Amino acid sequence: MNISPDQTVLLDFGPVSINATLVFTWLTIALLAGLARWITRKLSTTGELSSWQNCLEVLVEGAQRQIRDIARQDPDPFLSFIVTLFFFIATCNLLAVVPGYEPPTGSLSTTTALALCVFCAVPFYGIRRHGLRRFLHLYLEPTPLMLPLNLIGELARTLALAVRLYGNVMSGGLVAAILLLVAPFVFPALMNVLGLLTGLIQAYIFAVLATVFIAAATAAQEQTAHHSQPRV
Amino acid sequence: MDSTLVIGVVSIVTAGLTVGLGTIAPALAEGRALMNALLAIAQQPDEAATISRTLFVGLAMIESTAIYCFVVSLILIFANPFWDHVIAATAR
Repeated sequence: MNISPDQTVLLDFGPVSINATLVFTWLTIALLAGLARWITRKLSTTGELSSWQNCLEVLVEGAQRQIRDIARQDPDPFLSFIVTLFFFIATCNLLAVVPGYEPPTGSLSTTTALALCVFCAVPFYGIRRHGLRRFLHLYLEPTPLMLPLNLIGELARTLALAVRLYGNVMSGGLVAAILLLVAPFVFPALMNVLGLLTGLIQAYIFAVLATVFIAAATAAQEQTAHHSQPRV
Repeated sequence: MDSTLVIGVVSIVTAGLTVGLGTIAPALAEGRALMNALLAIAQQPDEAATISRTLFVGLAMIESTAIYCFVVSLILIFANPFWDHVIAATAR
């Protein structure tokens, strides 16, 4: 039994092999990018809105509001990053009910890549906002003794981000497959409905955690800035 | 006893124990978290949106410990490196 779509190799070119994860990732990217391109091709600011544009505006504004609530700062710098993560993961998880589609998020390599994106985005936004010196100084808070713990925490939360998404999606698919053997009629459908719910929640949680990590790198520095110059 | 049998038995028993013991603490913790969130919502229904959002994130953090156990047990059953090694060694 396969516990990862990585093991389904579709094409093999010697050292490079095209497995199911890659193919379904490309399919998902093409679907999302094509849909976004198609909707934004005929945007209008006056008069009749197309229903797709309306739908997209609702989603983007909702995401903006959520990020502002969670991060308590201006959402625009990292809006595109967070929303891209959310839509990619949510689409993968929701398409899992389509027969023959193996969700790429059910493979540890995809989730590790996504977690590494978050891992790189934290210093990127931190440095862009407050400069290299102040960002690195964040690792010495509250005392320089905490430096190893801060570094380990940075790595551990990346690992946790990757394994959490992988475990949830993969376990959903696996439980459905096992139930298909045990009770083939009603229960797999029920588990798939539950899988839709957990898939969306996991996508939301991934996005929220990414927001929290990035916001911690950008907002805590503001606080230290306030603390360091209170008497000016 | 040959090593195939030992590895098979140890893997299956450990996989069961991992899930069985490893989910106790997350289950209790999630119950406590949910209880307190419900109490908070009952006292402040206006803050229900914020509370449930924080609850979801917190539950996901708690749940990930149980999921680590699950992943480890699945690796033990379906993708056991020691088992693969022994099978490859006997085939040689």
